[in-house]
Parts: sequence; C-alpha cells; structure tokens
Amino acid sequence: MVTFQFVPYHEIEDLGSARRVKRLIDIVKQNKIVLLQGRLKEEEEADLIAIAMEEIKGKFKGIELAVINPEEKSKEGLKRLRSNFYNLVLGDRQGLTIIGPASIVKDIKKDPTKIELLTKEARNRRK
Amino acid sequence: MINILKSFISKVLNNLFKKKKNVRLGLYGPPNGGKTTLANRICKDWLGEDMGDVSNIAHETREIQIKEQISIKSKGKELDFNLVDTPGIATKIDYEEFVKAGMKEKKAKQRAKEATKGIIDSIKWLDEMDAVIIVLDGTKDPYTQVNITIVGNLQARNIPVLIVANKSDLKKSDVKKVQAAYPQYSVIGISAKYGNNIDKFYEGLFAIAG
Ligand SMILES: Nc1nc2c(ncn2[C@@H]2O[C@H](COP(=O)(O)OP(=O)(O)O)[C@@H](O)[C@H]2O)c(=O)[nH]1
Ligand SMILES: [Mg+2]
Repeated sequence: MVTFQFVPYHEIEDLGSARRVKRLIDIVKQNKIVLLQGRLKEEEEADLIAIAMEEIKGKFKGIELAVINPEEKSKEGLKRLRSNFYNLVLGDRQGLTIIGPASIVKDIKKDPTKIELLTKEARNRRK
Repeated sequence: MINILKSFISKVLNNLFKKKKNVRLGLYGPPNGGKTTLANRICKDWLGEDMGDVSNIAHETREIQIKEQISIKSKGKELDFNLVDTPGIATKIDYEEFVKAGMKEKKAKQRAKEATKGIIDSIKWLDEMDAVIIVLDGTKDPYTQVNITIVGNLQARNIPVLIVANKSDLKKSDVKKVQAAYPQYSVIGISAKYGNNIDKFYEGLFAIAG
C-alpha cells in the first residue's frame, strides 16, 4: 500500500526554509508520498536534495521529486509577466510538488496533462 | 593602530595590482552525463593532460576537482578560467546498484556514502560559480526534475549557463529535444568522448564566460 499525505501551502508558509524542508523530509521518511500544494523556492529545492542525501541510511535511499507547474510551458512575454505577478500575489502556492521516498517511487514522469508515478513492484519491496 | 594601517595599505596595494580574477567555470548535471569526460577533453586540448577518472558506473567523481588556470583561444580571443568538475546532482543513491554493477557490498556502501557527500558539496558549490556548463546525456529524457532544479537554481543565482547535449556520437542522442526542453538557453550538441563539434562548444564558452 502507498500512502499520500497532502500538505496545504499554509502549513509551510510561515516556516523558514530549513524548517520547511525538514517538515517535508520527515513525512517522506515515514514512507509516505508528499503532495505539497504549490512549490518550494529554487534554493529550497536544492536544500531538499542536500538534506535527503544527508539522511540516506539503511532503507532510506533518497527521494523522487517532481514539480508540476501549470504555467511552466508557456513562460513567454505577457504570460510570463502574468505568472510572475501571480507568484508575487500568491507566493508559490501554484502548482503541485510531489516528493516520495526513492524506495517506493521509482520515477515520476510528467507531462502537461498527466502525472505518471512509477512505483516499485511489491515483491521488490517486501524482501 | 599600526596593524590596521598595514592591512589597509596592503589591501590598497593588492587591489591596485590584482590580476583580473579568474572565472570559475563549473560542470554540473546528473551522474554519467559525461562531465569528467568533457573536463578531460578541455584539459587535454589546452593543457595536454587529463583531469579525472571516467566510468560507466555512476558516481565515479565523488569530490569536487579543480584545474586552475586554463586558457583557451577561439577566433583571436582568449579566455582564462578555473575548471571545476563536480560530482553532479542526484536525488537518490542506492548502493545495490553498484553491487549489481559488480562491486563488493562493502565497497558499494562506501561508494554510496561518498557519493552522498559529493552531491551535498556540488550543491554548496553552486554559489561559488561564475558560469556553468550543464552536461546532459543527449540520449536521455532532458526534462527531468533534477535537470530542471539545476537550471532553476543557476537562474535564481544569475549564473550564466551553457547546456551541452553530450554523446552526439550515439544515434539516440537528440540535441533538438534538449533545446526544446530549455528554449531560453543555448544548447550545443557535442561528443565529449570523440570531440565532435568541440570547436562550437569552445565558442559557446566565450558567450557565457568571456
Ligand atoms: N558514447 C559516448 N559516451 C560518453 C561520452 N561522454 C562520456 N561518455 C561515457 O559516459 C560514461 C560517464 O562519463 P563520465 O565522464 O564519467 O560522466 P560524469 O559522471 O558526468 O562525470 C562513461 O562511460 C563515458 O565513457 C560521449 O560523448 N559519447
Ligand atoms: Mg564525473
């Protein structure tokens, strides 16, 4: 069985970068897949990877990460301006960030209309 | 007081005579894209020596490697830089992959441990770069989250980027696909291993670091 945990943006909004990243990693380390409303700052994404590396030990082998950003594909001219404006107003609560433990999620393939989450075969996991 | 004066004078003198600071040029990308192969190619072309070990097993480079004072020439211009080969960035490391590749368990675990440190260092060093070459394996999906995160972090730090679609000697290598994934950057298709299109690559370096 795979468990997802939804994290609304307001739950991390007031946290500093280090605590945001820690909050998310702690959930992933409980073998759950995080569905975070919105997205982290670029630097926080890099921090998340660094922290994941520090935590690798035993069964925890790191993370799979995917950021789904509806405006990403069309960042040109006016649309880009508009999306920057939304980012300013909404913070980064647009889109969706998926973070899963690498031991469960093998790969996350994304395209604009669908997300494919490839999980490891159950028999692999049980051994 | 004397000390303060001394240090002040030496600072002024230093500034007066300081040579133009060497550009720090970093190699980033996911493991196995060909960063070290490209670093070796650059070093061989301009210094006549190698830089690091290359392997088909991922995470061969697990420490930051620096080659100082490389000077390249293209179209009558000259560019001096320090080349920084990094372990690159990945989000997961499984020692069992190394075991599958034929390594003993103990050695595989050691390699995994070192690899995690290498990735942490690569991330720390992002801030130290003046310009970055992102080396992607042109035969693979360019639009992965790791690649996007690297590009995004460099952009957030205002560091100029040149993207290389490597392994153009392989039929599957697809520069156009890489270019389509990163339309706002210049993408150059090369073979670091065989040297295909390497002159275009050196010209591209002048554009980001010159
Ligand atoms: N066919 C081909 N293989 C390459 C090329 N560049 C690197 N490789 C191979 O890709 C593997 C990883 O190369 P390496 O330089 O260690 O990658 P790094 O992890 O990014 O430093 C090695 O087996 C290299 O021989 C290339 O241009 N063409
Ligand atoms: Mg290497």
